[in-house]
Amino acid sequence: MNNNEKSLLNVDYGIGGITTHLRPREEGDDLHSETMVLNLGPAHPATHGTVRIVAELSGEKIVDADVELGFLHRGFEKMCETVDYNQVMPYADRLNYVSPIINNVGWCLTVEKLLEIEVPKRAQYIRVIMSELSRISDHLTCLGASAMELGAFTVMLYLMQAREYIWELIEDVTGARLTISYGRVGGLKADLPEGFAEKMHKALDGTRDQLDKADRLLTRNRIFIDRMCDVGTISKEDAIAYGCTGPFGRASGVDYDVRRDYPYSSYEDFSFEVPLGEKGDNYDRFLVRYEEIFQSMRICEQAIKNLPTGPICVDDPHIVLNPKEGVYSSIDGMINHFELVIFGVKPPQGDVYIPVEGGNGELGFYTVSDGTGKPYKVHVRPPCFVHMGTMKKMLLGSNIADVVPIFGMINMIGGECDR
Amino acid sequence: MELLILAVKAFIVLHVALGLGAVCTWIERKGSALIQDRVGANRAGAYWYPSNPLLWPIAPFIRIAGMLGIINTLLNDAVKALLKEDFVPEGTSVFMHALGPFMAALPVFLAYAVVPLAPDFTIFGYHVQAQLVRIDTGLLFILAMGSLAVYGVVFAGWTGNNKFSLLGALRASAQMISYELAMGIVFVTLIIGYGTLDLYAIVESQQDGWGINPLVHPTGWLSFIILFIVGMAETKRGPFDMPESESELVAGYFTEYSGMKFLLFWLGEFAEIALFALIISLFFFGGWHIPFVELPEGMWWAALVGHGVLMAKVLFFCVLQIVIRWSLPRFRYDQLMSLGWKGLLPLSLLNVMVTAAIHI
Repeated sequence: MNNNEKSLLNVDYGIGGITTHLRPREEGDDLHSETMVLNLGPAHPATHGTVRIVAELSGEKIVDADVELGFLHRGFEKMCETVDYNQVMPYADRLNYVSPIINNVGWCLTVEKLLEIEVPKRAQYIRVIMSELSRISDHLTCLGASAMELGAFTVMLYLMQAREYIWELIEDVTGARLTISYGRVGGLKADLPEGFAEKMHKALDGTRDQLDKADRLLTRNRIFIDRMCDVGTISKEDAIAYGCTGPFGRASGVDYDVRRDYPYSSYEDFSFEVPLGEKGDNYDRFLVRYEEIFQSMRICEQAIKNLPTGPICVDDPHIVLNPKEGVYSSIDGMINHFELVIFGVKPPQGDVYIPVEGGNGELGFYTVSDGTGKPYKVHVRPPCFVHMGTMKKMLLGSNIADVVPIFGMINMIGGECDR
Repeated sequence: MELLILAVKAFIVLHVALGLGAVCTWIERKGSALIQDRVGANRAGAYWYPSNPLLWPIAPFIRIAGMLGIINTLLNDAVKALLKEDFVPEGTSVFMHALGPFMAALPVFLAYAVVPLAPDFTIFGYHVQAQLVRIDTGLLFILAMGSLAVYGVVFAGWTGNNKFSLLGALRASAQMISYELAMGIVFVTLIIGYGTLDLYAIVESQQDGWGINPLVHPTGWLSFIILFIVGMAETKRGPFDMPESESELVAGYFTEYSGMKFLLFWLGEFAEIALFALIISLFFFGGWHIPFVELPEGMWWAALVGHGVLMAKVLFFCVLQIVIRWSLPRFRYDQLMSLGWKGLLPLSLLNVMVTAAIHI
């Protein structure tokens, strides 16, 4: 597959200094044949993040590929150093914007670990419910988008309808649909609204219906299976070597789920299964994501059933804003409020890494605190970025038409990958 | 007088083709919306309250048409496409670039010329054939026109001066040529089965209303299934829309087209869908014949009823193609090729052998 040694010409075709190799005529070639370089992206219908794939084609086969990332780099990590810990929340929303609550929860847990506090049980349970709802919406988007890219546009709209149920629910709780900023250091922005349990059951039932439709249209569809099976295969060893986590790694048989192996936010209270794939191809990824949606629903239902009562924030005025009555009526409350608004939460010096199970895999926040109100350094471990590393390996030798499902099942989210 | 009748017939046949194409476009619009739980086009014209009192009587009809998306599909799209900039990519032949959409659409409309649309009838003493020209080799003419359409695609892809267009055109031409083999062999089966190439005679031999009747035409179902699949592949739609697979090739061979030229590709495509539905109805489902009902011969009203019956059958198959197109994902190029060469071609060869053995 690697023709680089045999190449005669290195052609720099201009943009970004990427070179390509014209393949000279070889023994056994009937006709003089050259490869063609096809530039997919950054603006291409298939690249629903902003990514560029420079593919060298021999006919329809990809003989060489170069995946370029970073088009959506916004300096998330650097921006975090300029604001206080709670103000990072809107930035964190914009990492994986399909499941923003998971990012919020990850960031909150990181800061709470620095502060060495634990939020009340009710807040933990609500965080779990909202995280799992986000995970469902994330998986629905991924499955829908990859179905659309294979031409099954109808399935995508069915799944978008299901996502709409979930997002209406999220809007009910947080007041926003996409960038919700629901988490707070030491708790949550608000409690669940009244009648949430019934609404949630209704939304989950609607989602099940839509998933059932999608299942009937896709899962046993011969064309779909042909397109997905044995495409983009990553073995278990490779998956571990590349550091693949989440549904992507589990489809390759890597039995690792942060929720189960390093439980956070009371995940140890819930029973759920971690679906595993065997072959590590696109079809396995599809099925693993499909099954995870149902597992997430299971967790949601358990959590809402056993939802404890109590406060949703820690009772510490140095971390969480006092109620307004306290601020207006007591000098302590006034001072605490002022301190918190002006200087922010001040965790002690130290550094911490907290992983959570994001929609696409292990989402980790590494934070260094120097004792002031602003983080000294923030680093995010985005799952997509790691998974994109496997892209070239999967692309080589596959068809040009396979670029789309492979890329779709990685489910690269530009905001998270490029930060 | 003969010339006048011919001119009128040409006008009618062209408008049947255009009308079927337009109806297909509308079914695609609203049908896909129906399938996908959407509303679809329903705005243009729906709020038309003209100030001129003379227009008031027709306004409600326009509003209803607007709510159904008919105005949007038939009027707005065409006007919009006409007003758009006609973009020609740099460094290409302007003439060949313009020839592409014409070569893609023209053969389809030409193929309509030999298709009978109703039984013969007599009116004012004139014996009228509801068919533009009745040639003995109608079947071959359709096959020939189907083969010509590939040139338009190749021109379009080549003059697009774009790698995506080129890949799309290569895929399209390979796909059309591969599937034409199976189509040709199905046509041979039909010739053996019906004993004629004349489309009118083929329809007339299905007096009981079912050409696909296993007693009359033992392998009819097989031929029908093969021809239906091939038809969808020839129209480059449904699960076979590799050449224009929007997720990998942007828009395939017509990536570099805009305005009316772009629309012409679509018009040709929808007319081709209707053409395939038409020939399937004529070959296998008795054309204008209704099962168990005998229409009197030569009466003008019987021809009108027959035409309506034929159009109902055609619309059924159009809807069927559109439903399939909106429910299935698309093949990959190599899978498509193996389906054509390893699946349909041997099957159609077997079909022709069996049919020949039965008829000898």
